[in-house]
Amino acid sequence: MKSQISTNIKQKIVVVGNGMVGHHFVEQLSENNLFDITVLSAESRLAYDRVHLSEYFGGKTAEDLALTTPENYQSLGVKFQLNAKVTQIDKSAKFVTTESGDVYVYDKLILATGSFPFVPPIPGKERDHCLVYRTIDDLDAIQASANNGKIGVVVGGGLLGLEAANALKQLGLETHVVEFAPQLMGVQLDKAGGQLLRSMIQDLGVTVHTEKATKIIVDGQTSVHRMEFADGSHLETDLILFSAGIRPYDNLAREFDLTIGERGGIVVDNSCKTSDDNIYAIGECALWNNFIYGLVAPGYNMAKAAASHIAGGDLQFTGADMSTKLKLMGVEVGSIGDAHAKTAGAQCYTYENQPDNIYKKIVVSQDGKTLLGAVLVGDTSEYDSLLQYALNGIELPKSPDALILPSSNGEKPTLGVDALPDNATICSCLNVTKGDIIAAIDCGAIDVGEVKSATKASTGCGGCTALLKNVTDNELAKRGVEVSTDICQHFAYSRIELFHIIKAEKIKTFGKLISQHGNEHAKLGCEICKPAVGSILSSVWNDYILQNDHLPLQDTNDTYLGNMQKDGTYSVVPRMPGGEITPDKLIVIGEIAKEYNLYTKITGGQRIDLFGARIDQLPPIWERLIAAGMETGHAYGKSLRTVKSCVGSTWCRYGVQDSMSMAIFLENRYKGLRSPHKIKFAVSGCTRECAEAQSKDIGIIATENGWNLYVSGNGGMKPRHGDLFATDLDDETLVKYIDRYLMFYVRTADRLQRTSVWIESLAGGLAYMQSVVIDDHLKVCDELEKQMADVVATYQCEWKTTIESPEQLKRFRQFVNSSDTDKNIEFVTEREQIRPARDEEKNYQGHAIHSLDITSLSITEKA
Amino acid sequence: MKVKSQWQTICHKDDLVTHSGVCALLENNQQIALFKINEDEVYAISNWDPIGNANVLYRGIIGDDNGELFVASPLYKQRFLLNTGKCLDDETLAVNNYDIRIYEEQVQVLVA
Repeated sequence: MKSQISTNIKQKIVVVGNGMVGHHFVEQLSENNLFDITVLSAESRLAYDRVHLSEYFGGKTAEDLALTTPENYQSLGVKFQLNAKVTQIDKSAKFVTTESGDVYVYDKLILATGSFPFVPPIPGKERDHCLVYRTIDDLDAIQASANNGKIGVVVGGGLLGLEAANALKQLGLETHVVEFAPQLMGVQLDKAGGQLLRSMIQDLGVTVHTEKATKIIVDGQTSVHRMEFADGSHLETDLILFSAGIRPYDNLAREFDLTIGERGGIVVDNSCKTSDDNIYAIGECALWNNFIYGLVAPGYNMAKAAASHIAGGDLQFTGADMSTKLKLMGVEVGSIGDAHAKTAGAQCYTYENQPDNIYKKIVVSQDGKTLLGAVLVGDTSEYDSLLQYALNGIELPKSPDALILPSSNGEKPTLGVDALPDNATICSCLNVTKGDIIAAIDCGAIDVGEVKSATKASTGCGGCTALLKNVTDNELAKRGVEVSTDICQHFAYSRIELFHIIKAEKIKTFGKLISQHGNEHAKLGCEICKPAVGSILSSVWNDYILQNDHLPLQDTNDTYLGNMQKDGTYSVVPRMPGGEITPDKLIVIGEIAKEYNLYTKITGGQRIDLFGARIDQLPPIWERLIAAGMETGHAYGKSLRTVKSCVGSTWCRYGVQDSMSMAIFLENRYKGLRSPHKIKFAVSGCTRECAEAQSKDIGIIATENGWNLYVSGNGGMKPRHGDLFATDLDDETLVKYIDRYLMFYVRTADRLQRTSVWIESLAGGLAYMQSVVIDDHLKVCDELEKQMADVVATYQCEWKTTIESPEQLKRFRQFVNSSDTDKNIEFVTEREQIRPARDEEKNYQGHAIHSLDITSLSITEKA
Repeated sequence: MKVKSQWQTICHKDDLVTHSGVCALLENNQQIALFKINEDEVYAISNWDPIGNANVLYRGIIGDDNGELFVASPLYKQRFLLNTGKCLDDETLAVNNYDIRIYEEQVQVLVA
């Protein structure tokens, strides 16, 4: 047994539990380094994001979900122990003891032990494959269990239960939800809202059973379990997930005589102090005003109140708003305040649109002046402004129903952000008010990103992103700050605006654009606007990029249709759709590489790169490649690079779809599409994901039923896991979505912005993209598809066009007045191939030293 | 001993590419980059990129910055003024610049 003896004057703070709330408390209290903080966690990992737990099955890793790291805690001066379950509290001597017998002395003890899933006392509940949904370890258990099953049941039709059902669906199980009550999400939704949610979820393939009380779980006849219900019916399933509410983890407090509520929960006051002056409880284990808050935002506020009290402040916890907005399996759901209209005299307005699956209700006070509550299903676009009305008691307009009715002229009474008081909560997860945002701007923040990092607003659930942007932009505008989005000094327009001008006015040359829309003194343009406009012209009109008007716009790689290397030579990459290559073509490539002495390497995109070609060698090399049936790989362009692929069901024992044919089809469809930056695809033939599709701009993974589409992934400098965009698509729908997605990217991204950065820059992110591409929210899909069809129809191999033009071929020479070559280009041999000579290896007399083999040289030297 | 400068004929004026560059080899084995803005506005600077250490400047994009014309190196994008050779992004750097003219349809450069 080791014990800790107080040797410094800092107060010793021991935090039991490292969930989201416990972690938030640590963040709050460690800020000024005034306390000696020790965290004891019973889990095997530090705090992680439980709110987004279901994304674990969408591809997020435990690291993605982590809220902190050991290094971070170390840098904050916070000590921590994992797998350290506290089993005893000595209140008078002020120390706790862990399961392994370690003792930690405290001045103040914080219980942030959270809650555990309630499992109803059904006989058979302890059988194998009966699980809960709470921790990452639970998720691993669910995944393992799902691998051996076909059917999954969630017991509980509340918010968490539906999240869990989504997880089972993502794992490919036939999914059922069993609910005891007559409707889903009975706490947040009224009957009509619950009904619509039910029918929409059923349409998504989840079977909902309401008013079902499970009597017993026994062996199944066709599946692992059979659930027998009180009404005599039964349901067979391989996996059961209990998600029937939470219960506070209060056993430690109970055992060591802190006051506990009648139905559980550690009783706390407004400072979150328990019945013992030196012990606090926060989050889901705490009972405030006879209420347990099962949401993260109130927990954060409790953490703040406790931290404040310990530090001598006076911040109090005085209850919390339980309004919520979320997306369940793609269905938007929102609930605000008194959703069930229980307030005396309350009156309701409802709007129902059955064809479009939309239901909205607002609950207003008797005098019609204040908003008491709301229910939104199918469309939560008004949630933010309704919440502001409700939270701040802002007087409603004369006809409050106009707030939820669609209006024919597109005008809606909008709640100007100016009307919000300074204490209006903008981000309820992190409790950031409009006043906090103004303070951040006063301290020098000049855009949403800076406000975000200064206030942490919108870093929780992200639901307030659009509102945050509105408030920030409005405040900046009031201060006369104008954030320039001009592309460069030659145009007072952003890339998106230039795109619209070029398209709307049918402008086909840079010269016309700069003379009609350029700034006053703009003459030639520059290295910023020229390639950007060149790319736009190409996306819109798809002319040959080296025709006279366009040639001066292109970066050198496009100008010479190759990738310039450090010594001024180029690399050559023929297209190999899907990485497929015939032996005959491979032999031609080999012969060319041998004849021109090119360094040859396999690329990460499953093709072959030939390095070291001088500018004058490019046309004859391409002439031979084209004669052998190959075409340009656009490795030099801001355009589609490769569609990486595995062999899929054609060869592989595990493949479930023909990923090879799909990859080749897609590569041929999108080759040559000029875009704001390069685009990479991959197609995997099964869930083993050998093509690494989730790290690509467009990633496609075969399923038993079709294709799962991932978007906006990235490897490289800032890796980003692709977002699951749509599931089980047929070939036609897959291509349709990709058409729309890519063309929307081409239209709206900034110059040199990869899809990964682009999606994060869009207010609304993935959900917004889905509404544009899948639901045609902007009514542009027809146009996007047509534009893509035009690009596909006008494809040409740029190298073929080039070698057929004597005028073009004149440019491919080092000297306009001599057939000499650049004597500065020298190679040495290493591992039997060339590489550029380093300065010290160069022969300054102008004769390359081809025979020197550096590999053998260095070995000799060592020996 | 100072050698007298003289105009060396490089190529026909139609060998230049408007709003772009070509490269020429001088008799002294120096490489120069020639840029044509329009029929009577041409520039010549050394083709050697002192940052990338390669003979590539003629393959850069040309542009204007507050009225001054430049070429941006195709390797690392530093900009060199066409009329003086000065580097806009690093004032300690410059490349040689050459007098150039079009004489009886021929492009000529003044060389030492």
